[in-house]
Amino acid sequence: MSLRAPTVATTGSSTRVGGPPGERRAGGRDAQHVLPAWVHGRGGWAASVYRVSRTRTERLVNLVICLLSTRRFLTAAQIAATVPGYEHDPDDARDHEAFQRKFERDKAELRELGVPLETGTASVFDAEPGYRIAHREYALPDIPLEPDEAAAVGIAARLWQHAGLAAAASSGLAKLRAAGVDVDPQATLGLEPMVTVDPAFAPLTAAARDRREVRFDYRVPDRDDPTRRRLQPWGVVCWRGRWYVVGHDLDREATRCFRLSRVVGAVRATGEPGGYEPPAGVDLISHVARWSGPTERTGRATVLVAAGRAAGLRRWAVDVTAGPDGDRLVLPYADADVLAGQLVGYGPDVRVLDPPEVRDAVIQRLKEIAARHEDLTVAGGVR
Amino acid sequence: MTRPAARGGSRASADRLARLLNLVPYLLARPGIELAEAAGDLGVTERQLREDLELLWVCGLPGYGPGDLIDMAFDGDRVTITYDAGIDRPLRLTPDEALALVVALRMLAETPGVTSREAVERALAKIEHAAGDLVAAPVEVRLPADTRQVEQLRAAVESGRALRITYYTAARDETTDRVVDPLRMLMVGGRAYVEAWCRRVEAVRLFRADRIDAVTELAERAVVPPQARPHDLSEGVFRPSPDLPLITLRIGRGERWLTEYYPCERVEAGDGDDWLVSLRVTDLGWARRFVLGLGPGVTVVAPAELAEQVGAAAVAALDAYSAPVPAVARAADAPRTAAPADPALSVGTQ
Repeated sequence: MSLRAPTVATTGSSTRVGGPPGERRAGGRDAQHVLPAWVHGRGGWAASVYRVSRTRTERLVNLVICLLSTRRFLTAAQIAATVPGYEHDPDDARDHEAFQRKFERDKAELRELGVPLETGTASVFDAEPGYRIAHREYALPDIPLEPDEAAAVGIAARLWQHAGLAAAASSGLAKLRAAGVDVDPQATLGLEPMVTVDPAFAPLTAAARDRREVRFDYRVPDRDDPTRRRLQPWGVVCWRGRWYVVGHDLDREATRCFRLSRVVGAVRATGEPGGYEPPAGVDLISHVARWSGPTERTGRATVLVAAGRAAGLRRWAVDVTAGPDGDRLVLPYADADVLAGQLVGYGPDVRVLDPPEVRDAVIQRLKEIAARHEDLTVAGGVR
Repeated sequence: MTRPAARGGSRASADRLARLLNLVPYLLARPGIELAEAAGDLGVTERQLREDLELLWVCGLPGYGPGDLIDMAFDGDRVTITYDAGIDRPLRLTPDEALALVVALRMLAETPGVTSREAVERALAKIEHAAGDLVAAPVEVRLPADTRQVEQLRAAVESGRALRITYYTAARDETTDRVVDPLRMLMVGGRAYVEAWCRRVEAVRLFRADRIDAVTELAERAVVPPQARPHDLSEGVFRPSPDLPLITLRIGRGERWLTEYYPCERVEAGDGDDWLVSLRVTDLGWARRFVLGLGPGVTVVAPAELAEQVGAAAVAALDAYSAPVPAVARAADAPRTAAPADPALSVGTQ
């Protein structure tokens, strides 16, 4: 008979066959094999399979199942003779060529999806290459996630603001779900980071993973033109919300960090995979943090601030004394020039009393600013 | 990431193939699941799910006869896979998928104030293990922030109560008390923010955690009005709107760094090493403090009003120091520009 083994759904004591009311019997030929109304087109397998398996997706699903089920490498001709959708006349050159193109496209699509398509020959006497998929290479290993861990992965997957990585994160999550992990979509962790990356992130992480030398143009703002750099990337680092790549700079012959936002245009992988070995136990963060470590604010400056003004300074004053001519604020600082910049921002609302190095730095800055804006000031009628 | 987006129709077909290969193991792990629940979980419509099942139903092992094809049993709106034809597990993670999950988990683990950091770390270890070599991946994350303050704020946000906060607004250089109804707490570019309905301005605002000087939980519950919508932060926190004032600065080589720190609408080469940089500012008073603070390498080109304010503020400040400098002595003789009440100085603070 043409139908497959009967499918019977059993619920508790009462046995219900098939789906909701309104369902119809498939082909009306087998009383037990009853399908929901929305399943159609599978009356008899010989008729139906070849009739509806013309879509590309269907052909590919069948190809995956076929190659997973075989231990022997199957040649293209064997596959064509087996998997629905590849029917053609091998003696007709044009037809055969069309099949070959179709098969090449299908292989490429499977590989792009990450299907581990193995190539080999069935025996030493075979010249023709064959294909198969090893189940242990194909299958996601078991990931026994506890509910709180699954929730964390679910949250992580929605943090990406970068379209490509967001898509990768959600397709990764879909696989975990398919493996039986239940993810609570409502879960939150109280505080969620938005994860953004620069365009150079993807090629540089891939190159670092594959240990491939790269080449890119790099623009430092105080230089006029970008310069070509050649790097053996060791890894990519997010430090204080910015992304950097750390590696061995082949032109400078030294370890260098590059900010990803300064990479201009495409990153090209120029070396062979596995072309170098990063130093063992390299601490990537330390290479970036070296340039922007925290500084101790040991200096103390005293400034006179007009009443009710310079709210921004008052926030970090360690001491405030009110007086008739304004409030005296004591401000901790690390670098006199940096502090001077902050104080100058407040214009006449803030006057440095001590120490002289800060006072002089402020006056010097004010003079230069006044000189640069003098014409405008005069034009503006201050005079 | 590695999948070229420009391949049009084939992209949709690849997405569908990926979905179908997941669908069998997904259902296998959840016998008798309702179609509606599965569709919701998988992010497809129920109709799409039915079409997917229909397609799978004609796929199977070579031979394609009874017992070879993928089979499923239906009970009302519930479905059970009764034969999987060998696709009993999802496909393993691609390098991009592993990277995207691992990096985001590392971000979470590094985020101060995250409630179950320990669960995040356990999940990270398991995903890294499952992904194997793919994530010997060379990405490290460090997000330093004031952990104690962020944790305190997070607890306050989670209390579900309205909060009274003392907040410093840099745009106006003022510290104000306001009552807010928190929506959420988030981290963008290494900085923590509280997103809340602000009763003072009657709008949703992002409050930078490091500018919240004090927080008190009120007895009343936080009530976020229905019209309140979280910000779209995909383009960053500050998205300059075209109705904000545009300022143009001439900057020297040493100040070019500011083009990396502030969203600039236009950057052009000027005379010599100078660049002409245009950016939107929320407030001219802020712009004045900003330009003064940048230092001597910066000159205001436009608007004239801002240039005047910057020059006048510098002159007035010098006047206060009584510095005997001929170049500015003329200006120092000018009518009282030094007083804090100078109208030029209060522009933009209203």
